[in-house]
Amino acid sequence: MVLKAFFPTCCASADSGLLVGRWVPEQSSAVVLAVVHFPFIPIQVKELLAQVQQASQVGVTVLGTWCHRRQEPEESLGHFLEGLGAIFSHKPWFQLCRERGSKSWSCKATHWQGPASPAASGEDQVMLIFYDQRKVLLSQLHPPTALPNRQAGDTTASAGGLAAVFDTVARSEALFQSDRFDEGPVRLSHWQSEGMEASILVELAKWAAGPVCLFLACLLSLISAASACRVFKLWPLSFIWSKLSTCEQLRHRLEQLTLIFSTQKAESPAQLMRKANMLVSVLLDVALGLMLLSWLHRKDLIGQLADALIPVADHVAEELQHLLQWLMGAPAGLKMNRALDQVLGRFFLYHIHLWISYIHLMSPFIERILWHVGLSACLGLTVALSILSDIIALLTFHIYCFYVYGARLYCLKIHGLSSLWRLFRGKKWNVLRQRVDSCSYDLDQLFIGTLLFTILVFLLPTTALYYLVFTLLRLLVVAVQGLIHLLVDLINSLPLYSLGLRLCRPYRLAAGVKFRVLEHETGRPLRLLMQVSGWPEGRSQMLRQPGPVWFSRECPESHLRRLQGAE
Amino acid sequence: MEDEQSFSDICGGRLALQRRFYSPSCLEFSLSCPRITLRSLTAVTCTVWLAAYGLFTLCENSMILSAAIFITLLGLLGYLHFVKIDHETLLIIDSLGIQMTSSYASGKESTTFIEMGQVNDVVINEAIYMQKVIYYLCILLKDPVEPHGISQVVPLFQSAKPRLDCLIEVYRSCQDILAHQKATSTSLEGGDKIISASNRRSHSGMGAYWHRQEDRR
Repeated sequence: MVLKAFFPTCCASADSGLLVGRWVPEQSSAVVLAVVHFPFIPIQVKELLAQVQQASQVGVTVLGTWCHRRQEPEESLGHFLEGLGAIFSHKPWFQLCRERGSKSWSCKATHWQGPASPAASGEDQVMLIFYDQRKVLLSQLHPPTALPNRQAGDTTASAGGLAAVFDTVARSEALFQSDRFDEGPVRLSHWQSEGMEASILVELAKWAAGPVCLFLACLLSLISAASACRVFKLWPLSFIWSKLSTCEQLRHRLEQLTLIFSTQKAESPAQLMRKANMLVSVLLDVALGLMLLSWLHRKDLIGQLADALIPVADHVAEELQHLLQWLMGAPAGLKMNRALDQVLGRFFLYHIHLWISYIHLMSPFIERILWHVGLSACLGLTVALSILSDIIALLTFHIYCFYVYGARLYCLKIHGLSSLWRLFRGKKWNVLRQRVDSCSYDLDQLFIGTLLFTILVFLLPTTALYYLVFTLLRLLVVAVQGLIHLLVDLINSLPLYSLGLRLCRPYRLAAGVKFRVLEHETGRPLRLLMQVSGWPEGRSQMLRQPGPVWFSRECPESHLRRLQGAE
Repeated sequence: MEDEQSFSDICGGRLALQRRFYSPSCLEFSLSCPRITLRSLTAVTCTVWLAAYGLFTLCENSMILSAAIFITLLGLLGYLHFVKIDHETLLIIDSLGIQMTSSYASGKESTTFIEMGQVNDVVINEAIYMQKVIYYLCILLKDPVEPHGISQVVPLFQSAKPRLDCLIEVYRSCQDILAHQKATSTSLEGGDKIISASNRRSHSGMGAYWHRQEDRR
């Protein structure tokens, strides 16, 4: 039977001592976590292991001996190490040995029968697998954190295979707390024995995170309570809030910030990653917004924008008037019905006249409004872009109105035509059965129906043309708004933290492991190196986060469907 | 122990199967695909440059020629890095798992590791590929829900596509190791109860033994 011994690469150059770790019987593998150096007192070693076992719920024991010797073998050390097997008896007892300066390793695993009959002990083949403790600890490939009611030293059948190894290393943080600068009774070698790895900034951030999160969570809950109060739920206001994309974006950001600054810890690494991504995207957003603000103020663009806005609105209105004059004439050589044409044309021209007067009324306040809107960029670039999209919607409100009128008229005409066409053929729509049935009409019904049908057919080209023109204009405006929303969506949902981790620390986003066979000599045990492999190169799925729902409202397919139904 | 044999793939190109026997429980197979030939490289480059020259004579814009050079270079680099596989390796470690590595011509390696607990069996399957019926080696993965069911089929040596004689060699060695692994796993289920019981023995009064050892030294 081949036993597996997982040995940390940092201990390969450590001095002789005892191997401390966990034995996983189902995998018949031993996970070595640290090496205890001479001199030590067995009682103290056992106390330390009992403490670690209680703190981490991992069954840490002494697994065997480690001997790192010079060229000439020391006989006394060899006997001494064998004698230790009787003190810390463990089945199987591992004896790893390495010659200093060479790559030849030897390991034996014996089943110690007792001091009386050493000859009856059996030996098994051992396979050495080296692993990098730091990367395995930080790669989070182990199952999620343990439930609180687990007993000490248990081995779960569900944590199968290598996940058990990762789980062991990840949960044994208590063993890695002491380094060689501590004056404790037991000297250990592990990945942090040269000094605990920590960053001052991270520690300060952790220390400050508690009160800051509490304060911000209270503030955010106040804001959300204020926004959820009954005043805003009244009909006109709630309708306006639902149509403005700025409110959606602000609500989305508020939700994200509440999640980030909530006082609960993240349950799983995936949630932690999501929170980190959200935080990074919020910070990037605010930074871009501040850059935009400084650029606007430096060139005094707001004043220029306000001055240019009225002439632009006038220009758009003039262009629309020209378009309507063209439609009222003979557009593209088509002959329109003169009376209907004039009625519709004059109706729309009057609307444009109203619109221009409204814009001129607002003109003194435009600069003030734009300045306040520009301030909102410090909340984030996405908010500024949403406000821009809303401003475009408000400025092109007349196009929207024209589209609605044209569409309603067209829809009415089509319904009338289809119903009268059925009458022409002697059929009727049965509302109860939702199907077309034959029906016998009276002569006068048929006569009037045919007349109306003819009238509607001849008025169809005019209405259809108006409908087509205004629908195209509306689609243009929707396309511009859609592009802006796409940009906002991109900033919202891009997982920048994960991308940064992929570049700087790929083992944090580990997806699996890979093995490499190291130099092998016959008669020596097989040595493998286990490496944590990064994000799989072939797959390029992005962990996009869900954004607010308004983009899907404006997506082209749904819009086309709505246009046909003329909502 | 290393061993090299020569086989052919389904199109008739030459493959080299290198077998490394590290121990009775660890085996590595390396199948190297046919290299890019100078002939095909020259043919592609000439075609692209002739087409670019043809466009140039039509449009009289010299940017087309430099664009053609860039496209050829970038295309070649992309092909070597993303498409052309140099050799594929299969590493089987008893009681640990099976690892497949594809090495691209630019040196990039893409690795997949499957734990032994998830492997149901290794078989040779038939498949219809274009107008041919070919054989391929694949790993059957266990279904977590049903103990004897199969959840996924993972094909091996997709780029090399060796013929049946090569596959049989690999198949025999894999089956030896899998059979050995299954035998040990069934014996382990009976034996581990004894081991875990003995680990819970208590140790007391060992301090006295330690001092006695010190005196002897």
